[in-house]
Amino acid sequence: MTDVTKTFTLRRRTRGRLRRERTTLDAVDGVSFTVPRGEFLGYLGPNGAGKSTTIKMLTGILTPTSGRVRVAGLDPSRSRTALARRIGVVFGQRTTLWWDLPLKDSLTLVRRLYRVEETAYRARLAELTALLELEPFLATPVRQLSLGQRMRGDLAAALLHGPELLVLDEPTIGLDVVSKATVRGFLARLNAERGTTILLTTHDLGDIERLCRRVLIIDHGRTAFDGDLAALRRTAGADRQLVVELAAPGPPVELDGVPVTDVEGPRQTLRLPDGANAASVVAALAARYEIRDIALRETGIEEIIARLYRGDR
Amino acid sequence: MVSDPTAGDATAGDATADDGTVGEGVVPDGGAKTSAAPARVVTTYCLLAWTWVRAAGQYPVSVALLALGTMVTAGLDIMGILVLFTRAPRIAGFTSAEVLFLYGTSALSFSVSDIVLGTTERLGERVRDGTLDVLLVRPVSPLVQIATEDFTPRRFGRIVPPVLVLAFALPRLDIDWTPGRVAVVPLMAASGTVIFGALWVLCAAVQFVLLNSHGATKAITYGGAFLTQYPMTLFARDFVRGVTFVVPLAFVNWEPALYVLDRPDPLGLPGWTRFASPAVGAALSAAAALAWRTGLRHYRSTGS
Repeated sequence: MTDVTKTFTLRRRTRGRLRRERTTLDAVDGVSFTVPRGEFLGYLGPNGAGKSTTIKMLTGILTPTSGRVRVAGLDPSRSRTALARRIGVVFGQRTTLWWDLPLKDSLTLVRRLYRVEETAYRARLAELTALLELEPFLATPVRQLSLGQRMRGDLAAALLHGPELLVLDEPTIGLDVVSKATVRGFLARLNAERGTTILLTTHDLGDIERLCRRVLIIDHGRTAFDGDLAALRRTAGADRQLVVELAAPGPPVELDGVPVTDVEGPRQTLRLPDGANAASVVAALAARYEIRDIALRETGIEEIIARLYRGDR
Repeated sequence: MVSDPTAGDATAGDATADDGTVGEGVVPDGGAKTSAAPARVVTTYCLLAWTWVRAAGQYPVSVALLALGTMVTAGLDIMGILVLFTRAPRIAGFTSAEVLFLYGTSALSFSVSDIVLGTTERLGERVRDGTLDVLLVRPVSPLVQIATEDFTPRRFGRIVPPVLVLAFALPRLDIDWTPGRVAVVPLMAASGTVIFGALWVLCAAVQFVLLNSHGATKAITYGGAFLTQYPMTLFARDFVRGVTFVVPLAFVNWEPALYVLDRPDPLGLPGWTRFASPAVGAALSAAAALAWRTGLRHYRSTGS
């Protein structure tokens, strides 16, 4: 009630798993960030970067080795149960539902465990059923659900108690295009209409481009980037790529200030630096070489992030 | 489904300790519920147990067969003891009724604790495959969630043999039933249950750190159950000291039984130790709660 903002102030250093020879691993090494209420934050990083570890510290599963974590004003590891009532957590890789129970029973059980009032529960269930199209499989045991159905069921279970914050660990992993769209559409609505703060980790950049206002990239346990998508594009340089197809395969074309990044038979890829004039480069090329085809590409978010992961900025 | 009140207490005691992490937080709305916590834990336990019973209800035949199997296995234990007596009239100075009394009280305590907390031994598995994470994001003690996992009515099959044995042995004991003795019998069953319950939790807590300690901890729980079924005089003296002072198994039934059966203590311990079982149970529960909380804090989860 009194926590004015949903503020995570994290400054922590986690000694991750203790490996066999007692080498320590800093899974998360001095990461700090604050997420205001109503934010939609995408949390990115290569495998093993410390994303899940962060999520687990935020939800109280893991106790940070050092540093301070506050979620909705609570210390997750000390007040895990109290916090659990105020946040929703969805793991894309494992369900929180009861395997042998029909979805509907699982949801009823969640209601009891979270002590959700009957009337509030009915209203929310009706709403979630409509939005996530749960109706056709409410009576099906969870183990018989498809991955997409199960994920929708998990989302419903995580939201029945009306959490202020929803934490999703790879919610779209393994989903088909249609299910992904449903889940994304639902999350966007939840954030926009309910004002639910959402924190999502993903490897699917479509999730990020379509949903997240803010992106936080973590690598080797440290923050590599924190800002919105536009800023991310700027950080990595707004390079564009020019793909030219020459009449015949040959050595890389030589043009001042426009390096060739890839040669594949007659097709060569050139990197247009920030602010370069594409038209004049094309003209210069056409004057010196015989060109069959030409294409100009914006650097995709994927490429930008790959560069960040590799550490060349 | 009638739950034994003592068993309920055992769970409540252990699990609230875990909930205590909430209570001691500075959050006013989180701490306010602490007083209602024990009752809450029991209701949650029943709710979850019932959920699993219903889930298991999808396969009624297998439930019935397994319940039968459980009873037969326990029945074989008793057969073993009876066979012994066909060879010798006494075991370590105890008559058959007396040994069956020891067996019955120990087996009753153990099976009740097993019903309530037995599945906590699977904690290591859940830690290894990472599914403990899921339990930890729910606002319910993970101990209660693990204890109720796969709860099936067949677990109650385990109580039947000890109850039958006690019904057989109690009237055949050649003792003067003073009010004190009558009172000690249910008390020893209750504190025995608490001691075993605490051992389950302790063993589970160890698995937070030593994932594959499942086999070793089994020796303490199941081994303890087996051990206390026989008179301690059967075992070497140093061994008895070990189970008295290190893993306080002697307090499950041996010490109070010495009082009930009016026997001297082979270790020569003072008279009050015959009545120390409830205190030992409480102390061990506190230790178990502490170990559980420490274990939970050191939980490392899995990758991803």
